[in-house]
Amino acid sequence: MEAYALELKKVTKHFGSIVANKNVNLALRKGEILAVLGENGSGKTTLMNMIAGIYFPDEGEIYINGEQVIIASPKDAFKYKIGMVHQHFRLIDVFTAAENIVLGVKNENKRLSKAVESVKAISEKYGFELDPKKKIYEMSVSEKQTVEILKVLYRGADILILDEPTAVLTPQETKKLFDVMRRMKEDGKSIIIITHKMHEVMEISDRVAILRKGEYIDTVETAATDENQLTEMMVGKKVALNIDRTDPVNPKERLRITGLNTVNKENVKTLSDVSFSVYGGEILGIAGIAGSGQRELLESVAGLQPIESGEITYFAPATKENGTEDDEPVNLRDKTPIQIRDLGVRLSFVPEDRLGMGLVGNMDIIDNMMLRSYRGGRSVFVDRKPPHELADEIIKSLEVVTPGATTPVRRLSGGNVQKVLVGREIAAAPTVLMAAYPVRGLDINSSYMIYNLLNQQKEHGVAVIFVGEDLDVLTELCDRILVLCGGKITGILDGRKAKKEEIGLLMTKVEGGIANE
Amino acid sequence: MDIIITFIQRAIMQGTPLLFGSTGEIITEKSGNLNLGIPGIMYIGGISGVIGGFFYQNSGVRLNSFLAILIPTACALLGSALASLLYCFLTVTLRANQNVTGLALTTFGVGFGNFFGGSLIRLVNSDTPSISLVTLSKAFRKPLPFAEDLGVFGELFLSYGFMVYLAVIIAIAAGVILTKTRLGLNLRAVGENPATADAAGINVTAYKYGATVIGGMIAGLGGLYYVMDYSNGGWENNAFGDRGWLAIALVIFAVWKPIIGIIGSYLFGGLYILYNYINVSMSVQPLIQMLPYVVTIIVLILISIRKKRETQPPASLGQPYFREER
Amino acid sequence: MNDVKKSEVGKHGQKREPLIHITKRVGVPIWKSIMIRAIAIGAALVVCGVLTMLFTGDNPLSIYASFFVGAFGDPQKIWFTMQNLVILLGIALAVTPAFKMKFWNTGAEGQVLAGGLATAMCMFWLGGKIPDWFLIIVMLTAGVAAGMLWGILPAVFKAKWNTNETLFTLMMNYVAIQLIEWFLKIADKTGSNTVGPTVLKYGWLPDLFGQKYLFNIIVVAALTVFIYIYLKYSKHGYEISVVGESEKTARYIGINVPKVIIRTMALSGAICGLMGFLLVGVTSHSISADTAGGRGFTAIMVSWLAQFNPIFMVLTSLLLVFLGRGAEEVSTKFDLNQSFSDIVTGIILFFIIGCEFFIRYKVNFRGHHEKKENN
Repeated sequence: MEAYALELKKVTKHFGSIVANKNVNLALRKGEILAVLGENGSGKTTLMNMIAGIYFPDEGEIYINGEQVIIASPKDAFKYKIGMVHQHFRLIDVFTAAENIVLGVKNENKRLSKAVESVKAISEKYGFELDPKKKIYEMSVSEKQTVEILKVLYRGADILILDEPTAVLTPQETKKLFDVMRRMKEDGKSIIIITHKMHEVMEISDRVAILRKGEYIDTVETAATDENQLTEMMVGKKVALNIDRTDPVNPKERLRITGLNTVNKENVKTLSDVSFSVYGGEILGIAGIAGSGQRELLESVAGLQPIESGEITYFAPATKENGTEDDEPVNLRDKTPIQIRDLGVRLSFVPEDRLGMGLVGNMDIIDNMMLRSYRGGRSVFVDRKPPHELADEIIKSLEVVTPGATTPVRRLSGGNVQKVLVGREIAAAPTVLMAAYPVRGLDINSSYMIYNLLNQQKEHGVAVIFVGEDLDVLTELCDRILVLCGGKITGILDGRKAKKEEIGLLMTKVEGGIANE
Repeated sequence: MDIIITFIQRAIMQGTPLLFGSTGEIITEKSGNLNLGIPGIMYIGGISGVIGGFFYQNSGVRLNSFLAILIPTACALLGSALASLLYCFLTVTLRANQNVTGLALTTFGVGFGNFFGGSLIRLVNSDTPSISLVTLSKAFRKPLPFAEDLGVFGELFLSYGFMVYLAVIIAIAAGVILTKTRLGLNLRAVGENPATADAAGINVTAYKYGATVIGGMIAGLGGLYYVMDYSNGGWENNAFGDRGWLAIALVIFAVWKPIIGIIGSYLFGGLYILYNYINVSMSVQPLIQMLPYVVTIIVLILISIRKKRETQPPASLGQPYFREER
Repeated sequence: MNDVKKSEVGKHGQKREPLIHITKRVGVPIWKSIMIRAIAIGAALVVCGVLTMLFTGDNPLSIYASFFVGAFGDPQKIWFTMQNLVILLGIALAVTPAFKMKFWNTGAEGQVLAGGLATAMCMFWLGGKIPDWFLIIVMLTAGVAAGMLWGILPAVFKAKWNTNETLFTLMMNYVAIQLIEWFLKIADKTGSNTVGPTVLKYGWLPDLFGQKYLFNIIVVAALTVFIYIYLKYSKHGYEISVVGESEKTARYIGINVPKVIIRTMALSGAICGLMGFLLVGVTSHSISADTAGGRGFTAIMVSWLAQFNPIFMVLTSLLLVFLGRGAEEVSTKFDLNQSFSDIVTGIILFFIIGCEFFIRYKVNFRGHHEKKENN
């Protein structure tokens, strides 16, 4: 039998105390498209980074064409004709496409002016449309991805690794990409594609390798399997999530958004004419491919995103103290986070970027608790006593695994970091709770704990907004599901009746939708 | 007319050390290293040249002009290369804070220059607090042929020692290499985004070391020029003054483009000595000398307001790079 | 950094691990970090000793003794060392809040000089025209305000347009120096490069208990405590930490980042201005471009070496001042050049800067794993 183009044997990689990959085996045949399937945090990207020479494995062996090799740097990877297209583009903004493509390649022509011609030649061969002289900072996401792929091809790679290439693409762009991939395969290239979109796996791959929690499960022929079997292998058990879902009790409008429009720095529209309401006692799910405007939507409400036009109204619950029967509307438009809080709006926000935004990695749990509350009181000094008590309480009630309340949060594992963040946001007793990808990268147990917390909030009458990516979770957890595509609402569905296929369709409905980073 | 020619000549001579320094610092900064040790390195370059020249002049052998240039130059290059290596070792290999390391190197370098300058002065038992290598200096100051025969043209363009032209040539070469060649592209990539450059197979460490050491050596030549040509081979402690910082200012003024640095250096040089040529009271002189810094601040502000991508400092300037940082 | 120094497939396809593999340390015990620093300082002292020995031919022990004599040899020397210490410490305390915010203020020198200049200008133009006690208040106010201005200016541009603060503050140093040169030419027609007590003869603060430097020492001691508490226990200090760690988080929780940047630099500049006032108005009654004497730069290193901890800063500034004074003593004793102390300072700094690496990172040599497995 012909040797594998690439084979990994018992590869292990640790980051501190976290095991990212444990005894992983992987084999790539020549001229095939191999899909690597796994949930977020299953160690796919780490594994690929070791093949590409970004990380060095702690243990294990790598073979290319049957010969054992050491890939200690990206340079070594190129030597073995391995090229990787990363999920986060590695391009230099101020350079042109051609400059980026020829960067680091050693060949006979030293003059940069020649680069443009050779890039044009390759583009034509595989049918890419690209202006080699365009600067990266002027490009769209899919153009940038094209540059990344051209970069790898220009180096004459025989083994291509594409890390979630479709996550940022529109369906049309994905189709184009798959056409290019098939052409590359015909050209004799071996391709690894990472994705967690099952229909793409079925469409493009010859075989599928499955990883789960950093461990290798199996590799199967795509033709001999189906989505159910793959899903089962990927998550380890049948995807009956069994998330509790109670019926909303006494739904009252808590947040109303009308005609919301936003643009990004490059003046590209990120949200267009978004209108919806959220009610107390329900979980509203927001579905959509990455970068469809989810972040802009939540940040607009939180006062972190400038708004072009539109209204955001919050309805404060009627209380005995203010004596009002009706809920009092509060206009949140063009308010800073501080102003929003000073207006008495009880809004909690669990952002997507936990350690970069929601928490401060180098601060301990106590100081992170204080982020929300330190401003209170007239004293010029901070009072660490209440946050300390809160920290202890959260550690206890949410079973946060930590040496203590004075441990910097960056030293906690992902799940525990999230518990600290969600715990803090819930402790603020919100009326509206927004959570962006709250279970991303979390293990099953932590994920369920988060679902339970969200459900508890719902039962307390809180209006919960849950931005998710896993459609199974969305359809089992949410009362209603709002689908965003290219910054527009393409549908609001009943969570109990919605089919995954239906949501999937809505997620890719708008033609040429805006995808942003 | 004569006074204008003299002014331009002096401005060019004043500007030349700055040009060496800023070209060196531009190359260094393009690799992402903000080397605030450049003022120190220029001192080290100067004193190393002086030490080499001093021992050659006092060695008793018959002096020839080739060695008179070669020995001090080689010593200056060696001294500044070693100092830059130290900076690289600390900031690149040991990932130390660049600002702190650079400032420490400047403290050390200025001290090093003055210490050995002072010691040499003592060695010759000179009454004046300076050391003089007039004979060697002549070799450095030899103008181009025909300088005296071509009138104004000769005076303006041919009357300088070879290092003035060397500075221009290096600056132009640096400009061309940075923008037109693979080498320059790779270097700029390292300074913009080392992770990307690394992923593209560029040896980030080698480029950072290479650029910083070569940049330091070029800057060191600025120190050498100052003593051997500008000051007629005379070393006087602290005479070099704040020119190293002016060179760093010039990098900003030139928006990281060595060729703009050529014009900028003569402009700064002119501003530095302008007070000698215009009729102003003594007290206004320092205010005129302040102009280069003020102009630099204005340039710095303007480029940050305009946010034109091509005129920004290298994106990773001042940041250490560690591949597995997570 | 190319973490992998060497990698090759040996004969028979046997694999070889990279020779050196560097990983980030997580949570270094305090004793270990102190030990590493102590080793570095020790090594630096040895190198300085050997170097001094080469230049002087004296034996190492007597060299170290000379260092000690230079710094603490008699009461006068101790007072002088203390004065150097508190000024350096004061400036280091000034730059620390900004550094914690990751605002790289390299302009302390200029901020001190601006404060000193404003003080001297008040002494020169208002001296004798208003009562001394009032003059002193005006001097103090002007000094602090001038330092503050020098600090705020770069901060405003940083906050609004993200103008590079390292380069901006650096340039401001030389603006201040040239302004001093201008003042010198106005105040002293002889063209001297210092304007001294004969010209600046008003607004002198009486010596406290007959000790010239005691006032400065008390001021800086109070300042140390103030900065320590400010950074650790005040709301402002907390905001500074958050902004320094992550601007995104700061915005998320509603901190007005530009306001914090400007406010913090105002404080930094004000304290530098105060130091300028102490140097010119209280201590020397003279001003020159060398009044700050590079301490604005040294202070940056003091603060950084102490990990921005005001208490550690007392130690790091003591170390640097001790070495500086000691080296001066050695150079006087053996008739060496005064710049010898700069070289010694440079060497010790290089060692301490370098040793931080071994605190933050772990170096694994090849064979590290095999050994473990064999056990």
